[in-house]
Amino acid sequence: MSMDTDNMQSQVRTNSFNMLYSFYQCMIEEHIQIIYQGEFNQQIVKSVLSLSEQKMASADASVKKKVFNVMVECLQNICKHQYGAVEKEGSGFQPAIFMAGVKEEDTFVITGNLIANDQIDRLTSKIEQVNSLDQEGLKSLYKEARLNSRISEVGGAGLGLIDIARKSGNPILYSFAPAENNTSYFSLMCRISSSKQEN
Amino acid sequence: MEKIVIEKAEDTPEIIMDAQARRLSFKGRSLPEDVTAFYKPVFDWLESISSSLSGEFVIDIDLEYFNTASSKIILDIFMLIEEICDGQKSTAIIKWHHQGEDDDMREAGEEYSEIVSLKFEMISY
Repeated sequence: MSMDTDNMQSQVRTNSFNMLYSFYQCMIEEHIQIIYQGEFNQQIVKSVLSLSEQKMASADASVKKKVFNVMVECLQNICKHQYGAVEKEGSGFQPAIFMAGVKEEDTFVITGNLIANDQIDRLTSKIEQVNSLDQEGLKSLYKEARLNSRISEVGGAGLGLIDIARKSGNPILYSFAPAENNTSYFSLMCRISSSKQEN
Repeated sequence: MEKIVIEKAEDTPEIIMDAQARRLSFKGRSLPEDVTAFYKPVFDWLESISSSLSGEFVIDIDLEYFNTASSKIILDIFMLIEEICDGQKSTAIIKWHHQGEDDDMREAGEEYSEIVSLKFEMISY
C-alpha cells in the first residue's frame, strides 16, 4: 500500500470521526435523545416505542402516556404514508425520519417524510383546523370525526392529527420543503408540556 | 360454543370471547398494524352469537392504551353490540376499566357512553 492511499484512508477516517462528533454535539445541543431514519414498519414502531419508554421515562405517569400516545400516532402516520409520494409521483423513495427528545422539561417529537404536492392543501387545512381549536373544540371534532370516519385502505381512521393536538396540548408546528417530482418534504413537530394540562 | 382466546402481544390486547359466560373482554394495549384484520374475529364472533344472545352480556374494556384506529374499531364494536342487543332479549353492559389517575382513559370511556346507548360502568383501579 502506498503512502498516498494510507493518507487518503486516514483522511476519510478523520472526516467520519469529525462528522460523528459534530453530529453528537448537535444532538446534545438540540436535546435529541432518539433518532431513527429509514423505512418504517410495525416492528420498527414497536422498537422505537420501547426504546423511548426506556430512555425518556417521565416522572409523571400522565405525561408519559400522552407522550406515548403522540409517538404512536406520529410513527404510524409515517408507516401509512411513507410511500404515498412514490406511488403517486413515481419519485424515488426517500426515507422518513423520527426524532424525539426533552427540552426545558417538554418532550418533543419531530417527524419528516416525503409527500405528494397535491396533499399539501389538505394537510395544511387539517393542521390549521386542529391548531385553531381549544381542548373542548378538539374533543368534539374527534368525536364527530370518529363517528363519520372509515378505516382506510392503509389502516388509518384519519384521526391521528386531532389526537396528536389533543394529547400534546400545544399547536402542531409544520413545514413543507419543495423536493423533486411534484413532491415536498413534510416536517411536523409536536411538543408535550410536562406541566399538568387542563383537559 | 368454545371460548376463544387471542393472546396478548406487545401491540395487541388479549381478547377473550366467551359465549357461554356471555362475556367479551379486552386487556392490554391496542396499536395493531392492521386494525381491521386484528379485530375481524371479534366481529365474526359477535355475528355468530347474535341470534342466541339472551340475558346480560358483559363487555370488559381494560385497555391501558389504544391508538386512533383502534378507537374507531371499538366504536364499531359497540355499535354492533347495540344493534344485536336491540333485536334480542339481552342487555349489554360495558365495564370500562381504567387506572385511577388516568383521566384520559376515563374520559375516553365517557365519550363512548355519550355516543352509544349502552350501559356503562366505570371501574377505577
